[in-house]
Amino acid sequence: MTRVLRRTRAVALAAVLALVATATAACSNGDDGLDANGNIVLTVKVFGGAGFGYDNLVKQYEKDHKGIKVKYQIVTDDYDNEFRPQMLQWLEAGSGAGDVVGIEEQGVGQMMSLSDAWADLSQYGLNSRKKDYPSWKWELGHTGDGKLAGLGTDVGGMAMCYRTDLFKKAGLPTDRDKVSRMWKDWDGFTKAGEKFVASGVKSAFVDSPNQLYNTRMIQEAGKADGISYFDRHDKYVLGKNKAVRTAFDYIKTLNSKKIIGKYQNLSDEWKKAMQADGFATMACPAWMMGVIKDTSGKSNAGKWDVATVPGGSGNWGGSWLGVPAQSKHPEEAAKLASYLTSTSSQVTAFEKISAFPSSVKGQKDPKVAKLSDKYFNDAPTGKIIGDSVRNFKPVYFGELHSAVRAAVEDVLFGMVQGTYSPSEAWPKFVKAGQKVVDTSQ
Amino acid sequence: MATTAKVPPRGTLAARADLKASPYLFVSPYFLLFALFGLFPLGFTLWVSLYNWKLAGDKTYVGLHNYRFLLGDDGFWGAVTNTLGMFVMATVPQLVLALLLANALNRRMRGRLALRMGVLLPMVTSVVAVAIVFSQLFSHQYGMINWLLSLLGVDRIDWTAGKLPSWTAISAMVDWRWTGYNAIIYLAAMQTIPSDLYEAAALDGASPRRQFWHITVPQLKPVIVFTVFISTMGGLMLFAEPMMFGDGRLDGGSRGDFQTISLYIVQAFRERNNYGMAAAAAWLLFLLIMIVALVNYLLVNRVRGTK
Repeated sequence: MTRVLRRTRAVALAAVLALVATATAACSNGDDGLDANGNIVLTVKVFGGAGFGYDNLVKQYEKDHKGIKVKYQIVTDDYDNEFRPQMLQWLEAGSGAGDVVGIEEQGVGQMMSLSDAWADLSQYGLNSRKKDYPSWKWELGHTGDGKLAGLGTDVGGMAMCYRTDLFKKAGLPTDRDKVSRMWKDWDGFTKAGEKFVASGVKSAFVDSPNQLYNTRMIQEAGKADGISYFDRHDKYVLGKNKAVRTAFDYIKTLNSKKIIGKYQNLSDEWKKAMQADGFATMACPAWMMGVIKDTSGKSNAGKWDVATVPGGSGNWGGSWLGVPAQSKHPEEAAKLASYLTSTSSQVTAFEKISAFPSSVKGQKDPKVAKLSDKYFNDAPTGKIIGDSVRNFKPVYFGELHSAVRAAVEDVLFGMVQGTYSPSEAWPKFVKAGQKVVDTSQ
Repeated sequence: MATTAKVPPRGTLAARADLKASPYLFVSPYFLLFALFGLFPLGFTLWVSLYNWKLAGDKTYVGLHNYRFLLGDDGFWGAVTNTLGMFVMATVPQLVLALLLANALNRRMRGRLALRMGVLLPMVTSVVAVAIVFSQLFSHQYGMINWLLSLLGVDRIDWTAGKLPSWTAISAMVDWRWTGYNAIIYLAAMQTIPSDLYEAAALDGASPRRQFWHITVPQLKPVIVFTVFISTMGGLMLFAEPMMFGDGRLDGGSRGDFQTISLYIVQAFRERNNYGMAAAAAWLLFLLIMIVALVNYLLVNRVRGTK
């Protein structure tokens, strides 16, 4: 009896030890990026609800390139809160990042500040791709020290969506060409807003301050020296930047005329406002039109239309593909990235998930250029969006651009919301950005 | 160790070792896991907090700079104020309500079981679902609460603008979810109080109210201390509710009026990629919880002392 007990105990003991041993022995399998048959395996990691639309392209690539297998993974639909932090951890760990990875506009400044983390694509002859892109898209794919690390996929572009029914009520023109002409420049936009407010229609003229501010700020910075919050040595220069001040003052003026609403972009309140005639115009990159359709629903079909953005150019969103330096097969990965970002691939992705091409030729492809949308009274959205990114000027972002942007936009929104008085808003605006810089050092 | 398994323990030495060592071995998995997932992160966080630590970037030793920065940062102090403010605003009514609720449920009544189960229901709903529903209730233009206020002729309140409104909304969320949980714990403890205490008190002519304050509450003391501890930890680590209330953002409103310390920590490493600063803030939060727990313990002890 005792003997049996002892034996069971010994076994149990061994089992516990074995468990501990397996738990501590970290899995260390040497990964050379090859599968059992000696094929090179390239992992493509992207994000987004529908991914990047690469399913068929990847299959085609495998067919055309014997000995290469491609794993296409959509990691998550949330770039900024999930994919970006996860990517940082993979880059930190030195493995797991994959061979070709997506970089969204919100993270491009930060990712491009991590020069060591990325393979230099120009080593693989991809400088030849320069001619495919508008200059800003090409520039943003470079690290701080000038290495080509990202090839553009899609862009958001910028247009203004507006409610024809509310415009009519307010006595404003409803025809999209007339509307575009009315707010050809920012003063025109102010005047239209004043007229709208004076008409007594209860909705806000614009949903919120932030996208107008950003569009204007980037336009001004592009016209000047291409610097916004940081100079090219990543020194914080927001307080002295004329482009920033002009855009800020513009929002301040609009706010004093009660032209701006208090609906934070993409919030629940904003979505409800969209359904309940809460505002008459909003900034409208290509992907936003899908959001409007989903949010305002069938009952509002035909009420929305699309005009050009004041000042003519703008962008909100869009991505790049990069090759992490940790890739076991950077050359093959670079070729794959180049294939996936080629003009024809961009058009394929556009057909599949409506990602608007960043390739200049891609934008002129009839499938893209002739795009129009029934929901928006057959507005020629392909042409409007294409025009908005063609004249867009490159602006340098820097590592902390997105973080500073989030912080200063809070102050801007606070001014409209009433938590900051207009007179204290500018010093707070400069300070909020400074705080981000301080907190990150 | 595969060989130890095959060789049965023999002799007195092995037997004694077996007797002495095996209990420790059997409890060891817990302690190993605790060391791995509890102690190690704690120590590692302390280490990281002494660095300017960027993921996929440079790591430079900066000594106590992060702590010094935080202690001089009005943003961090704002987060501390918000956290403590919401903690008091949420916890005090929550525990008092839970106590009264438990007392009510402890009586004989119809459908007692259903009612007791009912107070637990908010517990099993996901925080996110609760937060979404409450955020809609507290919506500025289209929320039900502002609609009711407007019926009463009161101006709409922008619940996300300003400390008091946002704290109220978030405290309501927290209380809705946790009051039932505490009530059930109190109820379970109430049922262990011997009924002869109440009978004797009733014979002496003590009113139910006196019975409650002079028998029930003192008898519940250990449980009250427990719930106070749990609510302190939960309250000071408040994260999901304020985040959802702010539409998933980490800033706690345009002026940071409801940014809690947890949100501040996550913002430091998510938005600003500064793990050192986040780690230092996490350690300060840890210390704050210890201090508040201690103060609470002394307070609760005193309550009983003055009865």
